[in-house]
Amino acid sequence: MKKIEAILQPFKQEEVKEALKAIGITGMTISEVRGHGRQKGHTEIYRGQEYNVDLLPKIKVELVVPDSRFDEVVAAITSAARTGKIGDGKIFVYDVADAIRVRNDDRGEEAL
Amino acid sequence: MQRVLGLLIAQLASIPLFAQTDASELEALKAAVAEAQSAGDNAWMLVCAALVLAMTGPGLALFYGGLVRKKNVLSTMMHSFIMMALATVLWVVIGYSLAFGEGTAVIGSLQYFMLNGVGTAPNDTYAGTIPEYTFMVFQMMFTIITPAIISGAFAERMKFKAMLLFMTLWLLVIYYPMAHMVWGTGGLLGGAGALPCFDFAGGTVVHITSGVSALVCAIYLGKRLGYGSEPMKPHNLVLSVVGACLLWVGWFGFNAGSALSAGAIASSAFVATQVATGAAVIGWLLVEWIQMGKPSMLGAISGAVAGLVVITPAAGFVSPQSSLIMGFIGGIVCYFAVVKVKKVLGYDDTLDAFGIHGVGGTVGAVLTGVFASHSVNEALPEMAGLLDGNGGQVVNQILGSLLSWVLAIVGTLVILKICDIVIGLRVTREEEIDGLDLTQHGEEGYSLDA
Repeated sequence: MKKIEAILQPFKQEEVKEALKAIGITGMTISEVRGHGRQKGHTEIYRGQEYNVDLLPKIKVELVVPDSRFDEVVAAITSAARTGKIGDGKIFVYDVADAIRVRNDDRGEEAL
Repeated sequence: MQRVLGLLIAQLASIPLFAQTDASELEALKAAVAEAQSAGDNAWMLVCAALVLAMTGPGLALFYGGLVRKKNVLSTMMHSFIMMALATVLWVVIGYSLAFGEGTAVIGSLQYFMLNGVGTAPNDTYAGTIPEYTFMVFQMMFTIITPAIISGAFAERMKFKAMLLFMTLWLLVIYYPMAHMVWGTGGLLGGAGALPCFDFAGGTVVHITSGVSALVCAIYLGKRLGYGSEPMKPHNLVLSVVGACLLWVGWFGFNAGSALSAGAIASSAFVATQVATGAAVIGWLLVEWIQMGKPSMLGAISGAVAGLVVITPAAGFVSPQSSLIMGFIGGIVCYFAVVKVKKVLGYDDTLDAFGIHGVGGTVGAVLTGVFASHSVNEALPEMAGLLDGNGGQVVNQILGSLLSWVLAIVGTLVILKICDIVIGLRVTREEEIDGLDLTQHGEEGYSLDA
């Protein structure tokens, strides 16, 4: 099992969800986060006071998938989320030791 | 109203029937006319009083609340809201008496202590057509918003307890004397005083005193922790926009209501208020657009408040054309005060109470001396302001403003010193970091776990 953690542009949220749904992936957790990689922020001015906003709004999509489906899931996310510009985000992948379904103690891929 | 009109018609119809009009009927007619005028004036003035209250809460509370960081939103709103209680009580106990009682040129007396002698009968000295209750409660609303304006200067760092003592002393030492000098019987700056100044709705009493006191507070308390190095963006400009709009609406009560009747002067003040505010928004935005590259919503509402402040002493004395010029100048001058002067001088006036109310109030007071005109308000002398050919009025206006500056500076310094010794003005470093909502009031404006 792999955990996929994708930091993406907020306006791509719906497209990514649709793309995952299209290949049969239904479970995921999405949170609103702020961050930046190479992307520069922007300047805001309030009554002449300038603020550099370098932490920009992003979404973080987290999901765990069986090894067999890993490649197509990543492909679905990247193709849905890509604009080709700086700021599109990053995907991090982790090995997952185990998964447990709280409702009935299913373990491993069964629990996904 | 219909009942009164009916009575009037009945009275008029009866006149030709009797060759010799009964003197008592004439008296009844006079009384009916007076009652009709009083009913109209009183209805308007009660609405105005409510409008002026709405300037503080929700108006100013929202305007200021949106501009601070989210950890201080409630404490900032509380600064405005608590004045709706504190200033009310003080006004009833002693404030009305000190401001409007017959006294010296500087302060009233104790004749109306606990509103003794104040009732439904009009007070002919101030407003002969409305119950004195109405006049008293209308003026009360002014004493609520004035100290609330100052709170913008020390937002995000003053102890609540110290703030309460400061506000109480400030009303006693600065507001009541100032109101007496401008509006009270025999006041120094009133029409019959030694230094007659034109102040229609409280440019000096309300805005110069509060704005200048705000500057003193900002300097005395010092900057907020991290000022200039940490971001201190307004946490919710939407609240501020709503608040500013409510201020604008409420200000019609403030300015047009200062006519103290529902007649032509009220209309004139209403129009001047609207026109100047529109012009001030455009003035502020124009300069901001040129200087900063973008016209901001915060700039637009700041310009509106600046325009409202500038026209306050002049509404009811100036034409709509003069209001255009006054508002436009006011918007531009206040922009520079807030954006440039503050930066150069380096004080941390959290919400720009000085830049808008102090500077705008002074600009308004001086320009009132220029544009006030007998043709707009016949209560003014034949030669009212500079445009009427009386340049001396400008000097009077400057001297009057100067007097309020001095009173505000000296008075506020003394009061701050007292509060500092007795209670201590600032919250601790830790409390400031955690935010005043949590440390002063034990609650949070926005709760994620609720």
